Amino acid sequence: MSTPEQQISTAIKEAIAENDVLLFMKGTPEAPRCGFSARTVAALETLGATFAAVDVLPDPRIRQELSALSSWPTIPQLFVRGELVGGCDIVSEMYETGELAEVIGVEAPDEAPDRAPVASEPGAPPLTIENNLPGRAS
Amino acid sequence: MVPTTAELKQRIEESIAGASAEVVDLNGGGDHFRAIVTAPKFAGLSRIEQHRLVYAVFGPEIGGPIHALSLVTRAAA
Repeated sequence: MSTPEQQISTAIKEAIAENDVLLFMKGTPEAPRCGFSARTVAALETLGATFAAVDVLPDPRIRQELSALSSWPTIPQLFVRGELVGGCDIVSEMYETGELAEVIGVEAPDEAPDRAPVASEPGAPPLTIENNLPGRAS
Repeated sequence: MVPTTAELKQRIEESIAGASAEVVDLNGGGDHFRAIVTAPKFAGLSRIEQHRLVYAVFGPEIGGPIHALSLVTRAAA
């Protein structure tokens, strides 16, 4: 018998293995619940990338197990072909250098802006109400 | 305890040899920060590895009292 945590961890590993481009985020691509997740989704969508997404909010253990696997403390986390590419900062930086399109294997559309899309005003608080779920269940 | 930008700067600079950090409070609330960190130690490391070194300074405080720490890392000034 495996613990619920182990089951979540296994499900995360399977999702990473099965999806070439996978984003762990707060909320969904249609309704992101955090400015950083929104910005990462916007970068991917601007490139016309196809990606799968996992919402970490429904169960705090998803985030806990994900961070344990990836050694990365924050959400969002973008995985491409099984490797952690980064969170919002790295994804935005790679968008601007063209590396993101390259890594995902898409051609940036001509109309794609050079600057990474900003989902909210610089310095603005996250788009929606704070997540009150315990981020790190002990 | 709300962390201050000066505190974050000091902790990054003390924990990573030769680092210099510039920290701003993104919304004035003491929980969303941006840090620009330059350290010779970053040379040859991927962005992921560079950011992990900075996150490691704060451990479980990231996602806790420090809700978000946005990072820009550079190997040399």
